[in-house]
Amino acid sequence: MLLINCPYCGPRPEAEFANGGQAHIARPADPMSLTDDEWAAYLYMRDNTKGLHHERWRHANGCGRFFNASRDTTTDVIKRTYRMGERPEAEHQGAKP
Amino acid sequence: MQKFSALSLLRAGLTGHAGWQRQWRSPEPKSGYDVIIVGGGGHGLATAYYLASRYGVKNVAVLEKGWIGGGNTGRNTTIIRSNYLFDESAGIYEHALKLWEGLSQELNYNVMYSPRGVLMLAHNIHDVQSFKRHVHANRLNGIDNEWLSPEECKEFCPPLNVGGSMRYPILGGALQRRGGTARHDAVAWGYARAADALGVDIIENCEVTGIRRAPTGEVVGVDTTRGSINAKRIGVVAAGNTSTVMNMAGVRLPLESFPLQALVSEPVKPIFPCVVMSNTIHAYISQSDKGEMVIGAGTDVYTSYTQRGGLHIVNHTLDAICELVPAFRRLRMLRNWGGIVDVTPDRSPIVAKTPVSGLYVNCGWGTGGFKATPGSGEVFASTIAKDEPNKINAPFTIERFRDGAVIDEAAAAAVAH
Repeated sequence: MLLINCPYCGPRPEAEFANGGQAHIARPADPMSLTDDEWAAYLYMRDNTKGLHHERWRHANGCGRFFNASRDTTTDVIKRTYRMGERPEAEHQGAKP
Repeated sequence: MQKFSALSLLRAGLTGHAGWQRQWRSPEPKSGYDVIIVGGGGHGLATAYYLASRYGVKNVAVLEKGWIGGGNTGRNTTIIRSNYLFDESAGIYEHALKLWEGLSQELNYNVMYSPRGVLMLAHNIHDVQSFKRHVHANRLNGIDNEWLSPEECKEFCPPLNVGGSMRYPILGGALQRRGGTARHDAVAWGYARAADALGVDIIENCEVTGIRRAPTGEVVGVDTTRGSINAKRIGVVAAGNTSTVMNMAGVRLPLESFPLQALVSEPVKPIFPCVVMSNTIHAYISQSDKGEMVIGAGTDVYTSYTQRGGLHIVNHTLDAICELVPAFRRLRMLRNWGGIVDVTPDRSPIVAKTPVSGLYVNCGWGTGGFKATPGSGEVFASTIAKDEPNKINAPFTIERFRDGAVIDEAAAAAVAH
């Protein structure tokens, strides 16, 4: 079980959290202007990164708030957690933050 | 290939079993092949075998970064069934089940396919309705599946607790009698041996590090840890690592990789006659021929490539097993491991051509790929040999997500399956 550092509440066991998948996928501003391929890419295509991966978590059984985590998917070590609206740190930015 | 038979066993026994050959060669990679299969798991080896045996393509190499039987093929819980809801799924899984029935004879290798029955338990009204719908849908597709009352479940699998003491009591079950298990390493070894005998080069410890493409876009070969190898057609069958390999050719896929765990108990005398699955309280259990109880757990909630998973996931499954079969409360668990499974949004596989000419992909089998091994290999071989999908795998494209033609077994089963 991971120990996850909620930016609002501090370190808590993974069982208190829900995973929200890959972070920093912005909903297209004007969906009606997208082609079917672009809309499918937004809905379904994921980086599935092997290495440093940025993902959303929600402290579902705690403060209830969303935040992001940078985690290495080859070791499961969480390098950093950060609040919504912030970007991953420069040294943690992969090819696609 | 040295043929296995009662006579050859007797003859080798007279000379102290010293005369057996290696089951497959360990060749150096050639400079080029007609087809390269990336990934030497069951699906990849089956693809190579059917390319050589049914589709006349014998100049084939299977590249495996580790060793044969070391990936998900040797890590699953060996369950075989074909009772899926949708016609497309029924088509591909039943194709596989029919091949399982004659596989040991075809490969001259005992894969220990054991049609002992797969019993899927219902624990609430929704389960009952959903499973009865599955039973009817399966029968329309010519697939055996029948509804059992709780008493009939108990008769079919006596160790089950069908009393009133459970938090989620057993309200009945759907039984596919032709479902069962097979020995997973034997499946990999049997396909490897049979493919090797037909001239396929099985190259272990050979990791693909790049996919080379011509200026016009089509594939021309791969770079590996054992040098560059040319090929006009490349089939990627890399399970949890598919995204990584396909990125080398610039192809993005709707996949996420998760750890899926399994565990076995200490071996005990025969007690459990069939496979029991419970989606609702999440437990899969069967008894191996060695006597161990083979137990499948769920995936972790986050993507990972670590080949292990959280202990609380396993504990959750063991809670369910102890409720289902109280006699197992005192069993000790021997080993626990994880494998990395690639999951699509609709929990159905992708067996298809890709936007890159000469590149084919067979992936997304998620948590339930072992049962499909022969069928998956057969239709993928057909797709590569003919450069167009077979009728059976035609619905399993990448484009189905764009076109809205998803095959939503995720919603049908309500859990990973």
